[in-house]
Parts: sequence; C-alpha cells; structure tokens
Amino acid sequence: MKRTSHRWAIGSGAAVLALTLAACGGADAGSTSSEGGESSSASGSVAVDGSSTVFPMSNAAAELLSEENPDVQVSVGESGTGGGFEKFCAGETDISNASRPIEEDEVAICEENGVEYTELQVATDALTLVVHPDLAVDCLTTEQVVELWGPGSEVTNWQDLDPSFPDQEIALFGPGTDSGTYDYMANDVIGDESEATRDDYEASENDNVLVQGVAGTEGATGYFGFSYYEENQDSLKALAIDDGNGCVEPSADTARAGEYTPLARPLFIYVNNASLADNEAVKAYVDFYIENLATIAEGAQFIALDDASYEETKSALAELEG
Amino acid sequence: MSTAATAAAQTVRLTAGRSRERNVGSLVFLGLLWFSLFFGVMVLVVLIIDTMLKGSVRFDSDLLFSYESSLNPESTGFRAGILGSLWLMVTTAVMAVPLGIAAAVYLEEFSNSRRWYNRIIEVNLQNLAAVPSIVYGLLAVAVMALFGFQQKNIVLGGAIALALLILPVVIITSREALRAVPREIRDGSLALGATQWQTTWRQTLPSAIPGIATGTILGLSRAIGEAAPLLLLGLGAVRFDPEGVLSRVTALPIQIYRLSTQSQVAFQEAASAGIIVLLVMILLLNGVAIFIRNKFQRSW
Repeated sequence: MKRTSHRWAIGSGAAVLALTLAACGGADAGSTSSEGGESSSASGSVAVDGSSTVFPMSNAAAELLSEENPDVQVSVGESGTGGGFEKFCAGETDISNASRPIEEDEVAICEENGVEYTELQVATDALTLVVHPDLAVDCLTTEQVVELWGPGSEVTNWQDLDPSFPDQEIALFGPGTDSGTYDYMANDVIGDESEATRDDYEASENDNVLVQGVAGTEGATGYFGFSYYEENQDSLKALAIDDGNGCVEPSADTARAGEYTPLARPLFIYVNNASLADNEAVKAYVDFYIENLATIAEGAQFIALDDASYEETKSALAELEG
Repeated sequence: MSTAATAAAQTVRLTAGRSRERNVGSLVFLGLLWFSLFFGVMVLVVLIIDTMLKGSVRFDSDLLFSYESSLNPESTGFRAGILGSLWLMVTTAVMAVPLGIAAAVYLEEFSNSRRWYNRIIEVNLQNLAAVPSIVYGLLAVAVMALFGFQQKNIVLGGAIALALLILPVVIITSREALRAVPREIRDGSLALGATQWQTTWRQTLPSAIPGIATGTILGLSRAIGEAAPLLLLGLGAVRFDPEGVLSRVTALPIQIYRLSTQSQVAFQEAASAGIIVLLVMILLLNGVAIFIRNKFQRSW
C-alpha cells in the first residue's frame, strides 16, 4: 500500500513536467505551421544589440519586417552602445546600435578580431530645452545650459544666469535617471566625469507630466526629446541654443544639419560586412530598415534623415552590397 | 508546522479573551503582531490592486497572444515573454532539480559531516543562497563562453543562469525535507536487510517528496520573476516563439522591465498588465506546490 502511493507520487510529478513540456511543445508546433506559408523569401536569424536609444528604431524595423516576412528572426538587445560594440567586435552580433560613433579602442578590438563593419546613420536624436511661454528668455549659451543643469548647480533664479534675464524663480522639470534623455544631457551636453545633472528638479519618466509641469508653472524650464516639443508647440516655448555660432532654434532642419549642437546627435547602426554578405536574413533586415527609414524613425519618435543624409546612407549600403 | 499551529491556537484564545494570562503587556504585543501582519498584507494588497487598475485596460487577447510592438503601444503583447519564460522554467527545472536532489541526498544520507570537504560544501551552500542574482548572470556568461557559444541570449544560457540561481535553494529545502523523514524508517529498512542505497531510493526519498516538490517549485517561482541575470546574458526583444534550447528567447520580467521605463502611458499600462500575467503564472506554480504537498503529505 505504502509503496504504490510512492510510485504514484513520482509518476504524477513526472506527469506535471510532461504536461508543461507538452504545453510548450503545442505552442511551438503552432508557430512552425504558421511560418510554413512563406518559404520563398529570406529566412534566418539576425542578432542586433547596442544602444537603448536606438533600440525602439531597430525593434520597430524588426516589427514591420516580421509582418512581411516572419521567417527572418530578429532579436534586439539593449546592452548600451559600449556593451553593444563589445559583442559586435567579438563577432557575436550582426548589427550594433550606437548613439555615438565607434571609438578608437573599439575600432582596435574589431580589427584584432577581423570584424569589418560599415557605419550607417539612421536618424537624428535631439533634446529641446523649453520654458514657460510667458518667460522673457529666448536663448541660452551652451555654458549657461551647463551652469543651469550641471551637478551641484546653485542657480535658482533666471538672474543668476544672466543679469539681463527677468527676476524670476526657476522651477526645473526633467526626465528621471533611467531615461536615455537624461543620459544624453548628463554625458553629452554637460559631459563631465560625474555623468549626472543636478538632482533638485521635478523628475518624471512620463514626458507628458514634464510638458504639463513646464506649461503650468511660471518661470519653469525643462528638457525632453524634440518630438515631444513638436507635439506641444502651442503650450511651450523652446529655447534657442548658442554653441559659439549664434542662437540656433531647434527644428528638424537645424538638428539634421548639425547646427543645433550640442543638443542634437546622429544615431547609427553598425553592420558587420561579413554577416551582410553571407546571411540573407541580415541583408533582408538591413535593406528593409534603410528602405523604410523615414517611417521607422517617425514611429519611434526620432527626427528622420534629410534627403542628402538619406542618400548618403543608401549609397553606403549599395556600395557595401556591391 | 506544529509550532505555528500552536501559536495560531494561542492567538485565537487571546483574541477571544479566553486567556488566563491576559494583561497589558500581552495585549500590546498582540496589537503589534496584528499591526505587522496588517502592514505586510495591506502593502501587498494595495500594490496588486493598483497594478490591476492600471493594467485593467489591457486585459485582452493581444496581451497574451501578440508579440511586443513599439509602433502600436495599445496592442503590444507578451507572447514571446510568456513562452520564453515557460521554456526557461522547464529547462531550468530539468537542470536544477536532479542535480539539487542528488546533492541533497549525498549531503544528508551518504556524506560524513565531520570531513573537512563536506563542511566546506555546507558553508558554501549557505553562502551561495545569499549571492545576488546578477552574479549568477555573470557566471552563466562565463559558462557559455567556456563552451564556445557565440550567442548567449538563448534558452540554454538563461536556464544555466536560473538553474545556478535556484540550485542552493533546491539543495537546502531538499535536505530539510530529507531530514524530516523519521530516523526509524531508515533504521527499520536497514534492519530488514536493505542496503543504504535501497533505503534511500525506496523509503527516504519517496517520503520526502512533498517537501522536495514544494521547495523546488518555490525556487522555480523565484526564478521565473528574475530579470537581472537574464539582462546580463543580453536577452532583449524577439518576435518569434522559442523552438528549442538553442533558440534565442526573451522572458516576461525583461519585457515588463523594458516597458515600465518607457515614457508612453500605453506601454506602462501594458507593463502593469504584464505584472498581473507574471503573478498569475507564479500563483499557478505555487498552486501546484500546495497540491503536491497536500496530496502526498503523511504523518508518522
């Protein structure tokens, strides 16, 4: 009696495992049968990793491609630009997303491992500094931006920045530290070792909260991605930025032309040349990505390339594919 | 178990005012106990209700059956994550459970605890159970590199990380379960002429099944909620179902983590709904654990 119940115990334990396996197997079988339909087009796998800023674009490209051709299996990671290049130069990934050009030490590692690559610009990312629409400030120099947002900044009144500015308390709004926008401000605009901005500001990961905060508080200022300013132009005023060449208004054109510095930066994908030549899935993915670049950039809320840069990207790809 | 039951009975008597030792001190202590219980449970309830309310707009079929979408936040789904997590769980169980039980049986039934190497193993096991989970991610990356895997974001890689993570828990709970089997059962078996191996395999181990199964499943439900070690392996977004242990994969916690950091409200709602899906999966696992425990529990 005792022994049978033991058998029972082991048997049912195994049955639970088997059931779980069967459940997975069932779902699995479903997917293969649905994929059976389109066998004519390219199939295979593409490994993408790198910048979390570019991630939405590369993921959107994968999404749109999978609607046309589910046989190309794209995995998109977000290890950061540096982490992405580390894997890319070890030959582990086919494509690396990057929010900055590849650095010299990374180039050296790629060369050492015999990884040849091509850089393709896919979009422009821009920050916009906005203020309450009634505030009589129109333009800040880069130094003033750093003074205002730098770590430990003690600027609390607009007059602290420039005596000609109105005597008005500053209310600060900005994205939280998890956000790529924050990283951009901290690492690329302020750019000192601390890799941080000041921390006594109203932080939110939700850009809508920032928009409402700045629009509803007198003397307020904040920053977020350019596309959000574009959608809320009526309730906010954008500051022009003077990086030594006069005040430049933020716009898609000035960002693309590289005039709106340092608040605009190009975004890249790096393609492994060998993968592109040998793996038809990588070729299908990159071709699709570049062909639909404008749609993808807008879907992911970046500034699409202008015609000249787009032609450049296209010809770089055409040359590569020979 | 029995101490808890006595304590519960005591509490009932105290609240009913039937205790003879009722005085100010015991009432204050009782109040404190109730407060602690209330605090813990309330926080959990508020958290779950808040998450449910936020995620309620997304309780639809897309949530379970669609892949994630960055272009249509309203219809983004967790299909890849749910299937990925299931595959990871099963592979993890296949790796961790036999190893864990075998190690526990060795330590409990065969090893001589006075030997220095067995003591080192013991101490290390206790320490391993307290190691932060992200360290196991690093370990798994190293193991995968050792075996020459180019891609580490596959089912096998994630399962190695999670199996290493829960192995100490499985070993420790299995040992507890084996220890709870009365000495007399072993002695009886040995006295009737069974070898130590036969005693362990036919008497001790089957008697310990409820405890082992409960511990193992609780370990698995910890593993299913882990994101940190998997992030280190580079698990990201995929738009296909896993097809085997070498298939690239994503997991539910990773999808939730990524969605919750997005600025768009629709993504955050999806993240809340994803948390509910994850909670349901964990509850189901725990349900299986409770079922097995009740089904096979025996008292001597």
